[in-house]
Amino acid sequence: MSTEKFKVVHYLNQFYGGIGGEDKADYQPEERLGLVGPGQALQAGLGERGEVVATVICGDSYFNENVETALSAILAMIAKHNPDIVVTGPAFNAGRYGVACGAVAKAVAENLKVPVVSGMYLENPGVEMYRKYAYIVETSNSAADMRKAMPKMAKLVIDLAAGLEVSPATHGYLLQGLRKNYFHSESGAKRAVSMLVSKMSGQPFTTEYPMPHFDRVAPNMPIADVRQAKIALVTSGGIVPKGNPDHIESSSASKYGKYDIAGITDLTVETFATAHGGYDPVYANQDADRVLPVDVLFEMAAQGEIGSLHRYFYSTVGNGTAVAKAVTFAKKIAQELLDDGVNAVILTST
Amino acid sequence: MCTVVPISLTVGANRIVPTVAIPYPLGNPQKTPAEEKELRRALVRRALRALETEVHGQVVFDK
Repeated sequence: MSTEKFKVVHYLNQFYGGIGGEDKADYQPEERLGLVGPGQALQAGLGERGEVVATVICGDSYFNENVETALSAILAMIAKHNPDIVVTGPAFNAGRYGVACGAVAKAVAENLKVPVVSGMYLENPGVEMYRKYAYIVETSNSAADMRKAMPKMAKLVIDLAAGLEVSPATHGYLLQGLRKNYFHSESGAKRAVSMLVSKMSGQPFTTEYPMPHFDRVAPNMPIADVRQAKIALVTSGGIVPKGNPDHIESSSASKYGKYDIAGITDLTVETFATAHGGYDPVYANQDADRVLPVDVLFEMAAQGEIGSLHRYFYSTVGNGTAVAKAVTFAKKIAQELLDDGVNAVILTST
Repeated sequence: MCTVVPISLTVGANRIVPTVAIPYPLGNPQKTPAEEKELRRALVRRALRALETEVHGQVVFDK
């Protein structure tokens, strides 16, 4: 290994850069030679192997309100020093700072092609947005964690600079959502069975595929009287007008459809079908009311058993569809339903 | 309204009405069309009752 020190450029916000607090958050990008603030702890962790050659400071508000201008200025300041590694933050749970640290990481990774190490609390929005572009060491949600976070970040910097293998398990950074192929000494079947045996005998085991995180929502208040309520139908069962005009995918849907059913009393074999590729479509194609009960709700509305049936229904395919995608669909659909004065929703799934 | 109640519980639904089968949650092709529609009406009524019921957490409306 060469005895030459590797070069690190460090990105900080106005607070950690010693400029000031919220009143200085509109501070424009600025470059300093050498280290500033938390850079001391970083340098201490790097020891003789690497050197923090420069620090770039930018106010969080300035960055987030002028992303393009700020990024190009920051990138130029960083590039000038030909760093081997860039470090941003740590940002802990500071949202705007985390987003800035992530955006700088993305710009550096894409333009300068050098690795970026950062540090954030799991729920910092910068994690979800930029985890692919940086090695983000998991920190606590408070700046008091600096003394523990920085040594971990420095260790990661040293190993990346040396070209060593790093992993979330050995280096404490957050999963990047990247898949890497490798040969395991045991087949998947064997590993699955040993995991199952461990589980059944109460022994500890480590899953190879953690479940996604599902959030919890407090139940809404009930509606006082369905006879006064406007009810809407939403489904993940893929019911669409025959021919699937919006080309909703049969699995891993990237979109949903909104369809007008004003005056429709019954979904028939000629008019509606399912786009879903995850269940036998024969029964839904014969009679889509089996998934989306338009026929009975139309009658109930006519007979006053419900106030009314909303004239649009929303549909997507739940088969393999990412939770994050479903959340974005749901936000848009829910807002439209509220704007249309819908009181309650019946969601059907297959 | 869903057939695989454990999934609805996992993803966090609060008012859950169990249904008939995955490919026909609100129907049953083995029944006559009239019987099938009655079955569907009964399940939808149960969903409406669920919407009128105050809950403090996840509730499965299985009857």
